[in-house]
Amino acid sequence: MWSLIQIELYKIFRRPRTYIAFGAIAALIVVIQLGLKIDGDTYAAFLMKDINDTLTVDGKVLNGYLICYILLQLLLVHVPLLVALIAADMISGEANLGTLRLLFSTPFSRTQWVLAKFIAASVYTILLLIWLAFLALFVSMWVFGTDDLFLMKSNYVVLIEQNDVLWRYVGAFVFASFSLLTVTSLGFLMSSMANNSIGPIVGTMSAIVFFTILSTLNIPLFTVIKPYLFTTHMNNWKEFFDIQVNDSNEAIHGSVLNIPKIKNSLIVLTLHIILFVSASIIIIKKKDILS
Amino acid sequence: MSVIKVQHISKHFGSLKAVDDLSFEVQAGQVFGFLGQNGSGKSTTIRMLLSLIHPSSGSIEIFGQSIEKNRAAILEQVGAIIERPDLYPYLSAKEHLHLFAKVRRQKIPITAIEETLEKVGLANRANDKVQTFSLGMKQRLGIAIALVHNPSLIILDEPTNGLDPQGIADIRELIKKLAIEEGKTVFVSSHLLSEIEQVANQILIIHHGKKMVEGVTKELLDPQKRIVQIKTMNDAGTLQVIVAGSFSNYLLPRKEGIFLKIPTYEIPLLNESLIKAGVSLLGIETKNSLEDYFLQITSNA
Repeated sequence: MWSLIQIELYKIFRRPRTYIAFGAIAALIVVIQLGLKIDGDTYAAFLMKDINDTLTVDGKVLNGYLICYILLQLLLVHVPLLVALIAADMISGEANLGTLRLLFSTPFSRTQWVLAKFIAASVYTILLLIWLAFLALFVSMWVFGTDDLFLMKSNYVVLIEQNDVLWRYVGAFVFASFSLLTVTSLGFLMSSMANNSIGPIVGTMSAIVFFTILSTLNIPLFTVIKPYLFTTHMNNWKEFFDIQVNDSNEAIHGSVLNIPKIKNSLIVLTLHIILFVSASIIIIKKKDILS
Repeated sequence: MSVIKVQHISKHFGSLKAVDDLSFEVQAGQVFGFLGQNGSGKSTTIRMLLSLIHPSSGSIEIFGQSIEKNRAAILEQVGAIIERPDLYPYLSAKEHLHLFAKVRRQKIPITAIEETLEKVGLANRANDKVQTFSLGMKQRLGIAIALVHNPSLIILDEPTNGLDPQGIADIRELIKKLAIEEGKTVFVSSHLLSEIEQVANQILIIHHGKKMVEGVTKELLDPQKRIVQIKTMNDAGTLQVIVAGSFSNYLLPRKEGIFLKIPTYEIPLLNESLIKAGVSLLGIETKNSLEDYFLQITSNA
């Protein structure tokens, strides 16, 4: 099995297409960081304009931690689309190329091949996330420095001490990896049903867009199914940045406001991953390889 | 000993019967020629042998074991190319062999990879990406992938597709060598009948998924008799000469010309009698007997 994973990883990282996502993320982050470096003060003033009369914030608001938060808000919506480029191509791409029959006529079972491909696609996804974390967090910390994290929520503000921030990002990235692995497994499922890459890639992207719209609509009919949709839970990495307060309304160091919500989201996402991968295995096992 | 034993396999795709109640056996050390026109069910049969397609009915045994139940153990000893040589364009020939060597239980040494590339004539292009290869070179690499783990059974589906005449001759020699010198069993399919004729000692012809004929190549071809086409300026006059002479029993009913199935030793006599009768001969052409046989079988089906 290990040799199959090695083969799949080797193939992924020998393809030029693989690096498009890494390049796209780097380009986006650098552009945003550059813009904020040049004209960050205007942006910070704009953010603070509603609370300037009632609150005085000392220190550096536009620090590396806030930049990372802004970047994650922007990018974690779009990274799934980049993940779909590779994940949705893993099986259908080989079927299209005609190489699937080479793989499936080796002594390893189709289940082993599918699992190896999923693990390899997952490794790619995690590496993409690590790359995103490196650029968004560490480069931002290096370029903009660090200070307390000041976040403007819809009807309240959150202030997290700088020595209480880094572990929250670790938690947020671990959570995001579950979100992206759900997208990987969805792409994989689509991939197992087709003999060319375009359909599964577009299908995965469409499914994400479709379910995201359902997750955000506040129509009673959809409210019933919302808790079961993976898109409802994908953005709950933000929960790591909601903090508990004591009776004096002071932030409790190291606390998270709604841990059960995070746990519930992780369970729903994990169940989706298991469901999508199992369905892929069943489809592939029954499939006649005609390509 | 049977290396492949196929019993009453059929495969349906909806209402289409791609393979219909096909049975055959391949003995160890044989070069087994599997013949049929395009769309006759050859590739579907080969895909069923490799468990890429599930048969609708029937059973397949390879090395005495059911392919359904002992797939992994069987495929460990099988090397195959199936139809087109589809490969990874962004990998080199050597990388392909390294990857496919990894999916075998036994460790395949680097020297084996180099020897295999040498065997198929790709040693000098080992590090070039497949996207720069011609169709013939891809076909050679496909054969190299089938051979790299030294399998006992080699299944080659249209192995000479895309090859130039020298390439075809090389593959023919390679197949003979694999069978004679290395004792491999080779199952080779083709629609290029002359190729099969030259390498196979047993042939099976299928048409519309059904077995038309099976037997030892030499017996089927009947080397004592040849099919010849007589090309003249005046076919009607020539026919009269043949009917009046002692060759009328050898005439074959063909619309496209004058054909005779005639003992080889009588061909010079035929030639002599036609010239004596004043026929303006353009030529007496010996036809590829298996091709003719094949056309005869399939056109009557």
